[in-house]
Amino acid sequence: MKPPAFDYVRPTSVGAALAALAEHAGDAKVIAGGQSLAPMLNFRLLAPAVLVDINGIAELDYIRDDAGGGLRIGALTRHHRLMTAPAVCDRFPVLAEAMRHVAHLAIRNRGTIGGSLCHADPAAELPMMAVLLDATLTLTGQSGVRRIAAADFFQGALTTALAQDELLTEVALPALPPRTSWGFHEFSRRAGDFALAAATATLTASDRRAADVRLAVTGIGETPLRLAAAEAALDGRPVDAESIADAVALVRAAIHPMDDLHGSGDYRRHLVGGLVARALEDAWRRPRAQSGEPT
Amino acid sequence: MNRTVTIGLTVNGNPVERAVEPRLHLADFLREELHLTGTHIGCEHGVCGACTVLMNGDSVRACLTFAVQADGAEITTVEGLGRVDDLSPLQQAFREHHALQCGFCTPGMLMTALDMIRKQIPPTQAAVRDALSGNLCRCTGYQFIVDAVVAVLAANVDTKEGDG
Repeated sequence: MKPPAFDYVRPTSVGAALAALAEHAGDAKVIAGGQSLAPMLNFRLLAPAVLVDINGIAELDYIRDDAGGGLRIGALTRHHRLMTAPAVCDRFPVLAEAMRHVAHLAIRNRGTIGGSLCHADPAAELPMMAVLLDATLTLTGQSGVRRIAAADFFQGALTTALAQDELLTEVALPALPPRTSWGFHEFSRRAGDFALAAATATLTASDRRAADVRLAVTGIGETPLRLAAAEAALDGRPVDAESIADAVALVRAAIHPMDDLHGSGDYRRHLVGGLVARALEDAWRRPRAQSGEPT
Repeated sequence: MNRTVTIGLTVNGNPVERAVEPRLHLADFLREELHLTGTHIGCEHGVCGACTVLMNGDSVRACLTFAVQADGAEITTVEGLGRVDDLSPLQQAFREHHALQCGFCTPGMLMTALDMIRKQIPPTQAAVRDALSGNLCRCTGYQFIVDAVVAVLAANVDTKEGDG
């Protein structure tokens, strides 16, 4: 279908974009890569009066070093660049792996990290990775800047803490602990489809004990989830059949997936447990992390 | 509402200027305004890949890109590759490997494969299948398309393609 008519502005600075959002209060949509927004327009699920195209704001397209080995990523950074940037591959290989599951080549050429996070699809990879990696998001408005943890940003399906007159401008990823290892597993019906469910884990291991365990899942509810109880259950133990079974039981108890077109809630609960187990096994077995510390 | 925006871009090496409605997507712009009907429209929501073109060298979905967003860009469509009597290496490989039947998906397949050459995707079945996964074909079963692309990547052909 063809999208409804809209007006179009293409600001070249964050300030001008915010002014445009304020001018059209509540009736403007920001378009970055447009890989989620354009389908919604073509389906006529949305009919904004104005599109504010931020592709001309060069100051939002960057990947920079942050203190202590972290990264600051501009909201306009394209998926393909995020997936292939040496700094991401070296310091956050789990993120690079997750990006391979984001749609397809042509979509990754256009789609942006800011767009994916703000769209907040409940089965998308990037929101889960932001939650796993304890990302801090910078939301910029005309009255100033506020920073919010990814875990607080996602409030529901397609719903975030971003106000209508704000722009997500930056995603900060704090460095992972030295020698962090990782796992990522996703199941989708076809390559590049949204996940039916996905799970990802990072941990460090010494003396056959896991530490710094982080575990996140998506596709099981309105937002991605960190699984604190399962993380705690693994801390200080080897990742083996017994500890994995404990973690999986805690994960399955913590989630409440709904039935939908693609599968029943029970199926998703079953599926995500298997994905969690595989992600943990990979994180435990994967030799030597690439988190910045020399091996 | 409905005011038009004047855009200037390069399509297959030719400068183009038009006044367009902001809601006109790039695939319709190419087909309706420029009569470049080689870019096909299948699903209009980014799933099928038939409308894939190159924008500044990167493959993009022309149905998910508005023409106004291509202002200042270099666009390459399938018409920018070879001609019937002078096929590009990729087109020649598709012909030799019987990589098309009805031809509806072929322009999108070719443009995606061009981006794979540019991005130096390794010439393996797995890598090519992964990179082609966003282009649907309902005739061939994909095998011959994958073979054709692998052959071109393996030959590491120094093509003129992508120059538009």
